[in-house]
Amino acid sequence: MPDDSSADHEATQPFGVAPRTTDGSEQPEVGNKVGDGDGADGDDMEQSRELPPPPLPPRPSLHVPSSRPPASGSFRLSKRTSRPQLLSQPTTALSVADVHTQGRGENATATSSSASRAVSRKHSASHSGRFLGNSDSGGEDSASVISYAPTLDARLDGESLLGDVPAEATTPAWRALSAQIERDNPFETVPPESDVATLQIQHEFDEIGSVDAHGSNEETLLEAWKTKLKHFFILSASGKPIYSRHGDDQLISNYIGIAQTIISFYQGADDPLRGFTAGGARFVMLSKGPLNLVAVSRLGESDAQLRTQLESLYMQILSTLTLPSMEKMFSNRPSTDLRRPLQGTDVLLDGLADGFTRGSPSTLLSALECLRLRKTHRRAINDTLLRVRSPNLLYGLIVAAGRLVSVVRPKKHSLHPGDLHLIFNMLFEAGSVRAGGGENWIPLCLPGFNNTGYLYMYVSFFSTSERDGSGPHERPAATGGKDDELAIVLISAQKEGFYELRKMRDDLVEQLENNGSMDVIKSAIRKGHASCSDIVPGTVLRHFLYKSRGNVQFTMPSFEPYFHGLGHRRKLMSLYQTLHESIHSRTAHLKVQHCVGRDATALAWETPLFELYCVAGPQATRASLAQGANRIVQWIRREEERVFIIGGAVF
Amino acid sequence: MAARMQQGGRPGGARFAQFKLVLLGESAVGKSSLVLRFVKDQFDDYRESTIGAAFLTQTIALDDQTTVKFEIWDTAGQERYKSLAPMYYRNANCAVVVYDITQASSLDKAKSWVKELQRQANENIIIALAGNKADLVAEQPDKRAVQTADAEAYARESNLLFFETSAKTAENVKELFTAIAKKLPIEQASQRGMRGPAGRPGGVDLGNRQEAGGAAGGPGGCNC
Ligand SMILES: Nc1nc2c(ncn2[C@@H]2O[C@H](COP(=O)(O)OP(=O)(O)OP(=O)(O)O)[C@@H](O)[C@H]2O)c(=O)[nH]1
Ligand SMILES: [Mg+2]
Repeated sequence: MPDDSSADHEATQPFGVAPRTTDGSEQPEVGNKVGDGDGADGDDMEQSRELPPPPLPPRPSLHVPSSRPPASGSFRLSKRTSRPQLLSQPTTALSVADVHTQGRGENATATSSSASRAVSRKHSASHSGRFLGNSDSGGEDSASVISYAPTLDARLDGESLLGDVPAEATTPAWRALSAQIERDNPFETVPPESDVATLQIQHEFDEIGSVDAHGSNEETLLEAWKTKLKHFFILSASGKPIYSRHGDDQLISNYIGIAQTIISFYQGADDPLRGFTAGGARFVMLSKGPLNLVAVSRLGESDAQLRTQLESLYMQILSTLTLPSMEKMFSNRPSTDLRRPLQGTDVLLDGLADGFTRGSPSTLLSALECLRLRKTHRRAINDTLLRVRSPNLLYGLIVAAGRLVSVVRPKKHSLHPGDLHLIFNMLFEAGSVRAGGGENWIPLCLPGFNNTGYLYMYVSFFSTSERDGSGPHERPAATGGKDDELAIVLISAQKEGFYELRKMRDDLVEQLENNGSMDVIKSAIRKGHASCSDIVPGTVLRHFLYKSRGNVQFTMPSFEPYFHGLGHRRKLMSLYQTLHESIHSRTAHLKVQHCVGRDATALAWETPLFELYCVAGPQATRASLAQGANRIVQWIRREEERVFIIGGAVF
Repeated sequence: MAARMQQGGRPGGARFAQFKLVLLGESAVGKSSLVLRFVKDQFDDYRESTIGAAFLTQTIALDDQTTVKFEIWDTAGQERYKSLAPMYYRNANCAVVVYDITQASSLDKAKSWVKELQRQANENIIIALAGNKADLVAEQPDKRAVQTADAEAYARESNLLFFETSAKTAENVKELFTAIAKKLPIEQASQRGMRGPAGRPGGVDLGNRQEAGGAAGGPGGCNC
């Protein structure tokens, strides 16, 4: 499917365009994803793998939706990634579900019969009344989940008050909230299994081991395998296993066979199966050209959220192989065993998968987190980057402990959060690069940028914990923690650019040391996340996620002291998932969602500018929650240029 | 290279030379582990496969007067990176081709690398063959899949240095690199380094010389 990359965009563009003015995302900003990968139609991307990617054509601002039917097996980033503001416009909210239905109908024609769609809807409904608004269910069910009588009013209220950053004097969250009907026990939305999950997650990442020669331990292993909260499988269209997070081939071959049978049965009927529920687990399928990806989860994610996770795994595969070369393998030999060319990348797929299982705010929000720095400090770093930039540099990143410190990039190319996620995963989740003890030169494809060719990435790590006299080449022991590490990442289309970029790194580090920026970065890393009560003294809030839609970035406080350890973290993330889904998938134009539960109260609030999710203890009143939310918005307003990278260093 | 390069000799007639070394071999034979042992004196029981290639440097003193700095390219053994290998061995002065003595097929792979190097790399390249994971057969002799004598005979025939090593116990690791250093044309390299310009893209080509005279065989090594 050579021109797949455009298919989805065609489908979504009509909805994506209008709201963009509201969040200023037309400006060339760091995370401002909207344009780039999108504009490239397949035809333009046909090129030699080694050549630098061509400048991407400007994206047309409007499309007639029917100008091109959604192609099958389309590749795209998560919609939220590429087009966050899509969801910000209430008038488009209804359409979003349609978009999903279309865009995800990988092999379905746009005219998939409504009768057959009803089948999948029923599956979805039986699974989770709470997620009725999800993409599989079309639009009309969602209203039944919660009846918000005054929805429309609330929305209007929200529009006028929340469209701008709220004035201090008012408490718009509260006012918007008052217009909603509070649910008595909305925590039915948190999956009942979540307590089980909290326990089980401690063992989630334990190895299962291999079936021994006589198969005598198979039973035990299968038991262990079945207790996993989450599985990911990737298989080829012909049913060959490519990847499984847990269990080796022998152990799971039966299950792969069943999955393949089910998938091909529905594909044969021209109505691909997208999801179903069985045994307390949600199964979601994603078909991508020659690959079928399956997620099985007992963690309560929505179908859309699971699909975003599958998309990310798919992007990782493209990142290793590129789309044309993968397609070529399969067109030459449909029974190709993709595990060979992918050998050694399971650590990367595992890294992504485990991140999703632990629950990552970054994936949930399809946004990046930045290191908090003073504006003047950040500008000094940006200026330094521009000064030392070498001629063949495409992108340069300074990354600290998984957070972005600064970015240098050409004006016409922004960075896809999805691509950055792959890079961060490679650097911080997989051990190879970080523990290698040296500098690295890594060919990789950044599918959001251009899924047809490779770029080359220079990576150099250093520790920020102690000042070593031996200069920037020194890095910590292979076993050093990842939280105090700083990575310089320089990306070029030049295969032989290593020494050039290495020199740029040397110059960069030297100048950052000299102008004091390095110390600033190090101390910011050491400081870590501020706690909620540092940010908003005296608040009832225990944690929050704030996503700036225009910047495609988010910020959050420390998980401590309330959410310590894997289990608590996972529970918090489940709550965020639910809140996120409640404002994203609903066709009712929900702007504010308030939840009260046994363990926590929570608030989700969205405007065209931001999404805010706040969590407080079980006793917190609605008013205090709303007040906390407002104070966070005020804080962000003051701190915006500190917590977010606005623009970055652009050349 | 653009890399900061110390130039020439040190005061008092000391010699300093810098060489490029490339490691090649099948995935999982222990290339990265050997490098990590050599450079950081560390070992991980569980190491992830190298992505792309890693670049490290290490300096060794051959004697009071002589210092050799290695710029090491630790390449990824996986098949899909094969086409990138020439980029790393093209300018190399020396190469370590690694196999795993418990895996016979890894020696076949090593032989094909040797062949490729002899055909495509710098004509004066010094090649060492390393049979790694010697510690495994020390514990369980029946794990050995490649006999020392066989590999040694092959190495002699092909004019390679040869060591059986263990990244885990550090056995012969230092010796391997020292033996290579001793075979390198230090005299010429350090002279050349003294007047040679640094920072030229592609670097000072240290490999373009005659075989040096003063290189003795490495301790414990097969002095071929
Ligand atoms: N027992 C033992 N294990 C070793 C030795 N050297 C390496 N290993 C182990 O073998 C595995 C592979 O080692 P690596 O150093 O990653 O192998 P590599 O050749 O760099 O592999 P690629 O990067 O995929 O090309 C790791 O789990 C090491 O711990 C050794 O000398 N003895
Ligand atoms: Mg390696």
